Amino acid sequence: MIKGRVWKFGDDIDTDVIIPAKYLRSVDQSVWPKHVLEGVDPEFSSKVRPGDIIVAGKNFGCGSSREQAALAIKWAGVAAVVAESFARIFFRNAINNGLPLIEAKGISKIVEEGDVIEIDLDSGVVRTPKGEVKSVPLPPFLQDILRSGGLVEYYKTHAKRDQK
Amino acid sequence: MLSMASTAVEKIISDKIGRKVAAGEFVECPVDFAYCHDGTGVLVIDALKRMGVERIKDPDNFSIVFDHSVPPYSDQAATLQARVRRFAREQGLKKFHDMGEGICHQVIPEKGYVAPGMVVFGADSHTCTLGSFGLFSTGVGATDLAFILATGETWMKVPETIRVECKGALSEAVSSKDLILEITRIIGTDGATYKALEFAGEAVRAMSQSSRMTMSNMAVEMGAKTGFIEADEKTVAFLGRDGKRFSSDPGAAQEIIEVDAGSLEPCVACPGSVANVRPVREVEGAHVDQAFLGSCTNGRYEDLYEAARILKGRKVHQDTRMIVVPASKAVHMKAQRDGLLDIFLEAGAMVGVTGCGPCLGVHMGVIGENEVAVSTSNRNFIGRMGARSSSVYLASPQTVAASAVEGKITDPRRFLR
Ligand code: SF4
Repeated sequence: MIKGRVWKFGDDIDTDVIIPAKYLRSVDQSVWPKHVLEGVDPEFSSKVRPGDIIVAGKNFGCGSSREQAALAIKWAGVAAVVAESFARIFFRNAINNGLPLIEAKGISKIVEEGDVIEIDLDSGVVRTPKGEVKSVPLPPFLQDILRSGGLVEYYKTHAKRDQK
Repeated sequence: MLSMASTAVEKIISDKIGRKVAAGEFVECPVDFAYCHDGTGVLVIDALKRMGVERIKDPDNFSIVFDHSVPPYSDQAATLQARVRRFAREQGLKKFHDMGEGICHQVIPEKGYVAPGMVVFGADSHTCTLGSFGLFSTGVGATDLAFILATGETWMKVPETIRVECKGALSEAVSSKDLILEITRIIGTDGATYKALEFAGEAVRAMSQSSRMTMSNMAVEMGAKTGFIEADEKTVAFLGRDGKRFSSDPGAAQEIIEVDAGSLEPCVACPGSVANVRPVREVEGAHVDQAFLGSCTNGRYEDLYEAARILKGRKVHQDTRMIVVPASKAVHMKAQRDGLLDIFLEAGAMVGVTGCGPCLGVHMGVIGENEVAVSTSNRNFIGRMGARSSSVYLASPQTVAASAVEGKITDPRRFLR
């Protein structure tokens, strides 16, 4: 169960606004969370607190394959992202790094910024002050990757053994 | 509904896995070829290290091409590249291409590393470009690619296919870029999410392989996994090799969209969204500070050739700067031999080192506060090419050249009387 305060964003939040390319080639990876979502809200990284939840419209994470977009969000302390829909590479990158994503149709209409919402990953139910939104839960093997903490950990516990 | 008809993408994946699969199934699929670039390479190496993988499984079918920060614009970029270079040496990669060779999506097919019927994964979103060679290709993040390098396979959901039938013949000064912009307008920025796009019809059959690459390149701008185009003799000529050719059975596509290519006119994607597409004549006159001709979308020889036809004997407007970056060394050399580079230089344009150039907004032509660019690349998100307040129009090479000459968005048909 994930419970947290909501930050709201619109449709088509692309990877260039999540983390502009100029910060990517950095030897010091701690700069990424400092600039997270700077393209839409330059103050976001100073406002977000560990455990907060992002709620967005459709096509969240569209654009480039840069994994730094998922990492910047995760390392900023965001506990989960709930959106109407996700772009597919971002979707994979988030799961692969242990950042929970929930695709919940209608979520952006009933949730306000600052609301506290609750997510049940197993059932796919999102509880909001204005009622519940049911989403399709992730397929079991993706939940496995998520529970492992990401694809690297998953590889260490599953794939590596199978290879032997 | 029980249907025996399969799409080309379903057939490629079925062939690879060894049993018949259909859209919607989650599968584990062997990967024939994988690649990444200097940018994503850093995180791929990180992930492999964390996984504890010392030797990758198939070094002969993995390529790294340096293209994003080429030549490096900062000490940090250079340091990270050195790390990737060292990794390439340690793993004994024969298909490692250091800076100066070109953009990965251009270099991989130019070298003939891929063939029709293959399953190809790349750590870059525009890996969908290679779908134009009759294969299945898609972009993933660095950790996914590391997993592929470690195991030789990956998971995916077999995608549904939207087949886009392009009827008629493109008119003069209208290119495959205009066509794909029009298709993006129709489908929208997320209309093909998790799906495959297949481009077909007489307009696509008539196109050069380079023009087809431009179409498939932008599939991801509609959220698609890949942009498939059936292979033919032109495909084989480009790659210098053939493979297994697959085509969709009639009626197999889950959705069909028809586009009248014959009535199409030059168009642009206006700032902010790739789907914000309008005919050039409706936005003619908007001021342009920078014109960019290049990228994996439109940096090939034919793109340079079409732009040079307009720039020959003319000058880039005094209030506008123009940057030309060939998509590969091979393109650069041919353009040089044929005198195209002279035409650009005499017109007052700058010609840059092959690679991504200013496409991603970090070097070689970043635009400033409130500046406007017209670009042959594929993305015009807020801040993509520079300052947050800057904006980008996406257009064909012809429209970019015409706009450079006039210093404002211009319909290229004015120059082709
Ligand atoms: S040219 Fe632009 S879109 Fe293409 S790979 Fe390079 S940065 Fe990406």
